[in-house]
Amino acid sequence: MSAAAAIRTAMPEAPAFKQGQSVRVLKVDAPGHIRTPRYIRGKNGVIERFVGFFKNPEELAYGRSGLPMRALYRVRFVQSHVWPDYRGAAADTIDIDLYEHWLQPAKTA
Amino acid sequence: MNDPHDTHDHGDHTHGAGHRHPFQPDHDDMLTYPRKLEMAVRELLIEKGIITADEVRKVVEDIESRTPEGGARVVARAWTDPKFKQALLEDGTEACVSMGFEMALYDVKLTVVENTPQVHNLIVCTLCSCYPRMLLGLPPAWYKSRAYRSRAVNEPRAVLREFGLEVPDAVTVRVHDSTADLRYLVLPMRPAGSEDLSEEELTALVTRDSMIGTAVLQPFKAEKEGRKGRSTDAR
Repeated sequence: MSAAAAIRTAMPEAPAFKQGQSVRVLKVDAPGHIRTPRYIRGKNGVIERFVGFFKNPEELAYGRSGLPMRALYRVRFVQSHVWPDYRGAAADTIDIDLYEHWLQPAKTA
Repeated sequence: MNDPHDTHDHGDHTHGAGHRHPFQPDHDDMLTYPRKLEMAVRELLIEKGIITADEVRKVVEDIESRTPEGGARVVARAWTDPKFKQALLEDGTEACVSMGFEMALYDVKLTVVENTPQVHNLIVCTLCSCYPRMLLGLPPAWYKSRAYRSRAVNEPRAVLREFGLEVPDAVTVRVHDSTADLRYLVLPMRPAGSEDLSEEELTALVTRDSMIGTAVLQPFKAEKEGRKGRSTDAR
């Protein structure tokens, strides 16, 4: 299955990821009302918290039901990993709200 | 604002004969494509009985009635009531409802992030202009600008410096990109010297930018603020 097809069919019933778990954002080109910023695709982060289940805005934007509900997380990324030329403290982070169908477990080194 | 009326100084002249006062341009002049589309869709929805014009008016009225004072009240309560602060950090929406804020109109989850001596939080929405409108009202123009939206995520310290805020390297800068169903509010640190102030007095100290994270609150000095000096005598 292509990554794009995986996005359409993944139907989480319980949050798949736990707080503190390392995840990787899918690096996928998807058309439409996508809430995953391009700059974070393909990057590794850590689940800061599970927020809840929400109707999928990528579907709602086109008048569809937005169902099934999608698990939403706050994911924390280290800035110097996101931006190789980042100027700031090594501890600086960026937190982004991401839906579960955009995340996969990160391979631990 | 390009409207000459906004910058036009009336202090040095009177409006006598020969002086043609600049007109404020009609708002209708800006009938852009999105505006026409909005009007067409709204009128169709009203015609079909799905919504009423009064419902639309009420929502617009609510949106325009919100100001940063709402957020300031929440912050002052959190500073003075530790239980409320804990509830606020756990579930911002619920805590604000408990203070009497109408939150249902905004179908999003309010998430409050706390500034500490170790962490400074900054809020941005890179995709559009998501903003805690229920507590701060409409976002300032710069918040919606492409420059702020792109630079706040990849060079936040430089952006903060331009706002006049130098964050020491020992303090972590934590940016929050509100991309989905969360809206963020920064809980700023309570200013030094404000220990004796009441919740109401504290509310007056909290600025909009301190709740976005582009500013921190300056130490409170009773004299400088033109407030009544408070007795520091033992009570």
